[in-house]
Amino acid sequence: MSAVKIKAEEGKVLEKTANGRGKIRPEQIVNAFEKKFGKKFSARIETKKHKARKIVVVKMVWAKIDKSLFKEAVAFLCELYPRVHFSVASGYDLGKTIELIYHFAIGFGGSLEEFLFNLKVVLPKKDLVLESITDLIPGALISERELQEMLGVKIKGIPDSRRLFLPKEIPKGVYPLRRDSKGPEKLVRNLNEAGKK
Amino acid sequence: MNSGKIIEKKYRERKPDKPVKKKRDRKSYSLSIGPIHPALKEPVRFDLKIEGEKVVNVDFELSQVHRGIEWAGTRRNPVQIIYLAERICGICNICHSACFCIAVENIAGIGVPARAHYIRTIYGELERMHSHILWAGVAAHELGFDSVMYYTWKVREKVMDVMEALAGNRITKGIMMIGGVRRDIKEKQVPMLKEALEYYKKGFGKLGDIFLKDPVIKSRTVDTGILSKQDGLALCAVGPTARASGIKKDVRQDAAYAAYSDLDVKAITPKNLLGEVKGDVFDRIVVRLLEVKQSVEIIEECLKQMPKGKIVYEEKIPKLLAELRSVEGDGIGRIEAPRGEVIHYVKLVGEESPFCWKVRAPTYNNLLPWGPMLMGEQVADVPIIAASTDPCMSCTNRAVVTDGNNEEVLDNEAMRRLSVEKTNALKRRVGR
Repeated sequence: MSAVKIKAEEGKVLEKTANGRGKIRPEQIVNAFEKKFGKKFSARIETKKHKARKIVVVKMVWAKIDKSLFKEAVAFLCELYPRVHFSVASGYDLGKTIELIYHFAIGFGGSLEEFLFNLKVVLPKKDLVLESITDLIPGALISERELQEMLGVKIKGIPDSRRLFLPKEIPKGVYPLRRDSKGPEKLVRNLNEAGKK
Repeated sequence: MNSGKIIEKKYRERKPDKPVKKKRDRKSYSLSIGPIHPALKEPVRFDLKIEGEKVVNVDFELSQVHRGIEWAGTRRNPVQIIYLAERICGICNICHSACFCIAVENIAGIGVPARAHYIRTIYGELERMHSHILWAGVAAHELGFDSVMYYTWKVREKVMDVMEALAGNRITKGIMMIGGVRRDIKEKQVPMLKEALEYYKKGFGKLGDIFLKDPVIKSRTVDTGILSKQDGLALCAVGPTARASGIKKDVRQDAAYAAYSDLDVKAITPKNLLGEVKGDVFDRIVVRLLEVKQSVEIIEECLKQMPKGKIVYEEKIPKLLAELRSVEGDGIGRIEAPRGEVIHYVKLVGEESPFCWKVRAPTYNNLLPWGPMLMGEQVADVPIIAASTDPCMSCTNRAVVTDGNNEEVLDNEAMRRLSVEKTNALKRRVGR
C-alpha cells in the first residue's frame, strides 16, 4: 500500500523536513522564484486587511509556472522552506485547457505568520500529463489520485493510481469535474439507469 | 487472545463439511474492515495485511459516500451553497459553511462586522467542544468502557442545549451568511452560555481523571498507534492528529480569521501537560481534552471583548446575490475545524454560480497517517487507532477475513469483543 511504501522511501526528504526552521516572507519566495525561473514564472502577492478589533494584514501568493518546470518549482519550494505543508490541489476545466492550483501553506508555528502559496499550472487538453510530487511531499498522494479520477489528468510517476473517491459504478473515461464530452452529463441525465447492467 | 484462532474456530463451526487445511502456505492474511462500523461515524474500508495479530500492511478504500457536493455546488448560487456546505458534515457544520463564506468574502472584498467575527468564533468553539467530547465517548466505547461513554455524552448534552438555545438547532444551525451571521447572541442569552461554561470548568476535572489517570486506559493507549513528527509533517497531517505528534499547526494561531487575530490562541501539544511528545493515542486524547478547556477560555474571552453593532454586511439576500454576480476572482477560506484545517477554494467568474468550488476536509489529510499508525499494531488495537484521528468518514461494522477462496465475516461485535477482551485482560493484570 501506498502510505507504507512511502514511509520506507521517504527517509531523505524527512530529515530535511525536520531540520527546516526559520521564517520566510512571501516577497522572498517570489523573488527567489523569479530569479530562478525568469519569464516562465509569474506571481502576484495579494494583500488583504482582516479587521476584527485589531487590523491584521493577510498575504497570499498567487503564482503561475510553466508546465515543464512544475516539478522543479515544487522541489525549489521544498528547498527554500523544507517544512512546507501541502494543503490540497484544486482544478477546473476551461474548455481547451485544464488549470490546476496546488495550495501550499508556508510558515506555520508562529503567530499569524502563515501564508498560502498557490501554484497554478495550465495543462492543454491534448497533453494532460503532470509529474507527481509524491517523492517530495508524500502527503500529496490523495490529491493526485483525486485529480486523476476527477479531471482525467495523468499524473506521471504516481505510486498508487487507483481510484479513491469515485465508486466502481461510474464507468472508466468519465471524469465528473470535466465540462466537455468526458464529463458526467450523460450519467446525470440518466440517473434512473444507474447500477443497471 | 489470538484473533487468528477465533476466526479459524468460527470458520470450522460454520462450514463443517469442508476439510480444513492443516498447513497453510501463506503467513499473512488479509483482514478487511468496514465500510460500515458504528464506532466511527462514516464509511471507509480498511484492508489490512496481518501476520498473526500484527498488522503488516495498511490500505484503505473510500468512495462509499461520495455525493458530488462540489459538482452540485457549481449549479447553485453562493447563498444556496452555504446550506449545502453545512451538510458536508453534521459535526463540522459551522466550519464548512463559515469557510465557504470566508472564501467568497475574500473574493468580493466584503467586510464582515466585528461582532459577527466574534459570534462566528463562539460557534466555532462550541462546535469544537461538542465534537471533542463526542470523540472522547467514542474512544471510551472502543476501549470497552461503555459507562464512560454514557457519562461523556451526558456531559456533551449541555453544549448541545446551548447551541439549540442560541441557534434553534443542535446541528445544521443555518447561522452563517456571506458577510456575517444570521442571528445575534442576545444579552439575555449570555447568562445561560456562561452557566454552561462554568459547568464544563467544574466537570473537566472528572473527565480528565477518567481519561488521563485510569491505568487501563493508559495501558491501552500509551505507545499505541504512534505517528512520529517526521511522518506527520511528510504526510501533511492536520489538527489534533498533527498537534499530538508535536507539530504546532493550528489555523487559529497561524492565520487571521474570525476573531482569533485578537485572541492570541496558541497551538496545544501534549508537551503542555505531559512534558514530552510521543504521538500515540494517549497524546491525542490529551490534546483533545486540553482543547476543550482552551475552547471554554476562548468563549469567555469573546464574551468579554465582543463589540456591539451590526452582525451582517448586507441583510437583503437578492442585493447580496446581485453583488456577487458581478464579482470575478479566486478566494480561499481556511478554518480550524475540530478535526483540523478546513480549506475551501472558490472561483467566481461573474455568473450566478461559482465556476469551481473545492472542499478539503481535515480527514482528507489525516488518511495517509493511518499507515504509520497502524503498522505493527495488534488487530484489537485497530478500532481505537483508527478512531484516534477522529475520522470524519465512518467505518468498521463488519470485517471479511479472506483466506484463499474462503470468506469469513468477522462482524462488528466480534471486532469490538476483541478490543473489550484486551481491556479486560489488562484490567486483571493491573488488578482492577
